Amino acid sequence: MIKFLIKGLMRDRSRSLFPVLTVFAGVFLAVFLYSYINGVVSDMLKMTAHYQTGHLRIMTQAYAKEINQNPNDLALIGVNELLQKLNKKYPQMIWTPRIKFGGLLDIPDENRETKIQSPVIGIAVNLISKSSPEYKLLNIKSAIISGHIPNNPGEILIADEFAKKLNVGPGDTATLISSTMYGSMTMVNLKIAGTVYFGITAMDRSAIFTDISDIQSALDMQDAAGEILGFFPDDIYHDEQATLIASSFNEEFKNPEDKFSPQMGTLPKESGLSDYLATINSMSIVIIAIFIVTMSIVLWNAGLMGSLRRYGEIGVRLAIGENKGHIYRTLILESMIIGIFGSILGTLAGTGIAYLIQVYGLDMSFLFKKSSLMIPNELRARVTSGSFVIGFIPGIFSTVLGTSIAGIGIYKRQTSQLFKELEV
Amino acid sequence: MNNSYLIKTEHIKKIYPMGLTTLIALDDINLTFKKGEFAGLVGPSGSGKTTLLNIIGALDSPSEGSAEVLGKKVETLSHRSAAHLRNWYIGFIFQTFNLLPVYTVFENVEFPLLLQNIPSPKRKKLVMEALEWVGLADRANSKPAHLSGGESQRVAIARAIVKKPELVLADEPTANLDAENSHHIMRTMVQLNEELKITFIFATHDEKVMRYLKRKISLNDGKVEKDEIFELEVKK
Ligand SMILES: Nc1ncnc2c1ncn2[C@@H]1O[C@H](COP(=O)(O)OP(=O)(O)OP(=O)(O)O)[C@@H](O)[C@H]1O
Ligand SMILES: [Mg+2]
Repeated sequence: MIKFLIKGLMRDRSRSLFPVLTVFAGVFLAVFLYSYINGVVSDMLKMTAHYQTGHLRIMTQAYAKEINQNPNDLALIGVNELLQKLNKKYPQMIWTPRIKFGGLLDIPDENRETKIQSPVIGIAVNLISKSSPEYKLLNIKSAIISGHIPNNPGEILIADEFAKKLNVGPGDTATLISSTMYGSMTMVNLKIAGTVYFGITAMDRSAIFTDISDIQSALDMQDAAGEILGFFPDDIYHDEQATLIASSFNEEFKNPEDKFSPQMGTLPKESGLSDYLATINSMSIVIIAIFIVTMSIVLWNAGLMGSLRRYGEIGVRLAIGENKGHIYRTLILESMIIGIFGSILGTLAGTGIAYLIQVYGLDMSFLFKKSSLMIPNELRARVTSGSFVIGFIPGIFSTVLGTSIAGIGIYKRQTSQLFKELEV
Repeated sequence: MNNSYLIKTEHIKKIYPMGLTTLIALDDINLTFKKGEFAGLVGPSGSGKTTLLNIIGALDSPSEGSAEVLGKKVETLSHRSAAHLRNWYIGFIFQTFNLLPVYTVFENVEFPLLLQNIPSPKRKKLVMEALEWVGLADRANSKPAHLSGGESQRVAIARAIVKKPELVLADEPTANLDAENSHHIMRTMVQLNEELKITFIFATHDEKVMRYLKRKISLNDGKVEKDEIFELEVKK
């Protein structure tokens, strides 16, 4: 019987082509949109993780409270020991310490007198070590505009726009004026190794990257760091695992009585994006709901037209001795075949084009020449297993729903009535 | 099943509501048909021929009275049982052929057997036998659109008889055919009646059909006016 139905579908285009196209279009849009949102969200998450919160972040409770002021007097101490424990206990993660600091950058003239001075925001990371994960995380290599990656202590990277404003370039020196962990003023001479493009206005105007050990000694922060970030090696945030690690860490190390004890938080919590992510999630649900309803209505109408057109056929089949239930079930079966077929095509096209856009996004970064640190130029859209589910299930569901509603007419009508349509 | 008759109607009435009044399409029909009959319901348009045929075919049920068909009381049958009765024991032939246009001649004739879940090799054998009966074995792979009216109606006959039914009901089978094709089809049905002992009941006002009937039941205004039986010898 299925063979019989498939033959009928294949030969009668009006029975298959329009519904398949409808399902195709709907599934295509849903899958594409979903992949696109997914891509944008995951880009944003990546950026946030790389620059701010990691997938996991450890700070002292006191530091966390005043995080906006980079309160290095409240920083973690005993960082080396803590890192060792982390690497031992959670070897699946990449752990890296960072210090964020503020201060003034002073550019001297040839007489070592101040030529120009400007407030600066600094991020101190492990820059010198060749095995540092930071190169990959911060996308440093491709973000360099001029100069080179720091090789020696005392070398820094500076935002390109900031460098232009200060009228400095690779090879020039600058003095950082800041305050130590204990509150006294400190000055350190730094050498500009290269300039970079961040892609975030605030940072492009006034940020520098320094090696963490330079800053540790300059700010009297030996064996201290503002934060330790943890990353999954595949650079994708896995909520379940992250939550587990965070709670096991907090159980062991966090002491609510001691505001200098470390606490660990996950990306959504640390970034304050959890609400945002929840919104995106419910948005996806709304999109899918709209998609199902619209498609069901369209397909219901298509099904109505189809079964009107097919009253003759249905009448004959009734006369031949098929019962209404069987006819109804064959119509549903047909719609499932159509739904599956349309969904496969739509999903393939949707994910395919989304994937092309991933690649195209990559090409764009070459076009722009200046690659940015903040915008990961890999994925614009992201194809996940969710992309398949998002199109497939609603695609089939709406086809079947549409046909089920349309097919109710068969039950409503009297056999003899359906049959009369034959005689017209 | 009672051997003496295949169909028995008792005081059948069919009433249609027509606005404030009602229309009596059938009025007190009492008829019996024996196995092997070749009978026709004749009468002017609107006399109730189709209505009666549909009741006998379990497509419709009477407003009053009782119709016993092949041992089943039509008015008591569930939708499912009625479908079952039609599927296994009754074949239909229509004025407008009503072949399924997307399927080939073979597949159209095969359809009733698919519903009976008959295995493929046996289906194939039965379909080809039926097509040979109507002389269309060589058109098995054609589509209905490529057949003439006479050929289409012969496919419809093959579809009706492929399951070896007890009873074939034919509503104006020749109305869309020319004289030659009408005679051809009637001869085929007479043969099926004589050789396979299939009972035929027609609804018609075509003189050509009437010449072949062995029994003629005249309806007028929903009532039986005359019920005549002819000896075959007389007709020849
Ligand atoms: N569903 C219906 N609703 C109302 N009236 C109906 C319905 N079906 C049939 N009738 C009426 O019942 C009467 C008998 O109809 P029927 O179709 O049986 O006539 P018939 O003898 O087959 O006519 P014809 O030779 O034109 O086919 C007609 O007056 C017809 O209008
Ligand atoms: Mg009629």
